[in-house]
Amino acid sequence: MRRVVVTGIGVICGVGNNREEFQKSLQEGRCGVGPITNTECLDLRFRNGSEVRGYDQNDHFTPKEADMIDRFAQFAVVAAREAVEQSGIEWTDDLRENSAIVTGSCVGGQATENQGFWDVYKMGKTRVHPMTIPKTMANAGASAISLEYGITGPAFTLATACSSSAHAIGQAFMMVRSGMCDVALTGGSEAPFSYGILKAWEAMRVVSPTVCRPFSRDRNGMVLGEGGAMMVLESLDHALARGARPLAEIAGFGMSSDAHHITQPSAEGAAKAVRMALKDGHIAPEQIGYVNAHGTGTTVNDITETRALHLAFGVHAKQLAISSTKAMHGHTLGAAGAIESAAAILALSSGILPPTIHFNECDPECDLDYIPNCPRTADIEYAISNSFAFGGLNAVLAWRRF
Amino acid sequence: MTHEQPPEELTRRVLRIIAETQRKDPAQVTIDSSFEELGIDSMDGVNIVFALENEFDINVPDEEVKSIRSVRDMVEGVRTLVEQKNLQGDTPSDPAPAAS
Repeated sequence: MRRVVVTGIGVICGVGNNREEFQKSLQEGRCGVGPITNTECLDLRFRNGSEVRGYDQNDHFTPKEADMIDRFAQFAVVAAREAVEQSGIEWTDDLRENSAIVTGSCVGGQATENQGFWDVYKMGKTRVHPMTIPKTMANAGASAISLEYGITGPAFTLATACSSSAHAIGQAFMMVRSGMCDVALTGGSEAPFSYGILKAWEAMRVVSPTVCRPFSRDRNGMVLGEGGAMMVLESLDHALARGARPLAEIAGFGMSSDAHHITQPSAEGAAKAVRMALKDGHIAPEQIGYVNAHGTGTTVNDITETRALHLAFGVHAKQLAISSTKAMHGHTLGAAGAIESAAAILALSSGILPPTIHFNECDPECDLDYIPNCPRTADIEYAISNSFAFGGLNAVLAWRRF
Repeated sequence: MTHEQPPEELTRRVLRIIAETQRKDPAQVTIDSSFEELGIDSMDGVNIVFALENEFDINVPDEEVKSIRSVRDMVEGVRTLVEQKNLQGDTPSDPAPAAS
């Protein structure tokens, strides 16, 4: 089996419109949460979200292109361009045939769909825009990227709620590792700010009216975010042969399903995914130095994830440096696994671990080291990124500094 | 919507909503039933509160939902909110969202 490395990363989210800004924000512990402006909140019980700031689609797309691509898919393309540029890949016909695209998205082009349904249900219009279906489909990002580069290899999108892009990266990893493809563009994107979907999140009573305080005793829920992250994966041999500089290696991937409850997480299910990622990468628990936690800031997730880390790591759990960057960029749903994997890779390569901001007080049931409020310098070889989705579907990616 | 509701009536309506939401025989649901007996978990609780909000035209704050532990809590919580609503008169209907 081939070793698989990351040679390019692109990010756009509430704490940075590109990789450099994102990394700087994480290292400064900057909060990207504020009043939602993309859509009217009206009677919503929450007002805050983490939006991509100052985004103008005309900076990235011609007006005709922008008309054809929903905001969520635009984020996938923008992130993919940055990742490809950093990787230095030069596309040949052969490489286009041997490259894959695997993206993750939970809700697809919600804003487009919302607009179309609003027009017919509420405004009494008799027709919906003909681009509604192709703009709404969850694979719109993958398709737009394939059109952008002329990539003709396997391309598809996974939807596993908040684990979507972690599963996508894991799938792309397996495809490159097995030799099916030499290169894969993988990650995910999301743009969930439209009135209907925000009402649906409100109804679940898991969204904070203020900010997200993962693992802090006074936490009161998640904050939603939008954005995307894409990365270029390639076999180590392929990267070295073309003189590329690997940023990190994907060391292992683990997945599990809780088979427990449609919304309540299970510590055992999450722990199983962590154990499988370590086993897949032949990594001893003691080798993991940093955990980018799922850390949604809900009462139940943070306790369950803490228990899962105890189960998976035993006595080493107390030695782990753990943070949830969701306090900064919000919960980006299907993009979360990709954005947080980017955070984990940048932490390994820079030696600066991002903090869990808004941390006020210790919770007796969350008894680990969550890097409260201040970033930390650390020389770490291995990190994991956790994604645990509604529906009980877990995906854990293990990253190694290169 | 009556403004002076006999307590028994309100209790009966809450019990009926719980039974309907949980797909249970109404005879099984009493004011002294515990959530454990009825197999009500946190997502079920959120679903029941949603049905109660519609039934009584009230809004239950998130914080209140977190503190509900029993059927009796639900009945008392609904009673308080209905009384508040009656004192204030009818709440304005939800504003319509604008297309964005």
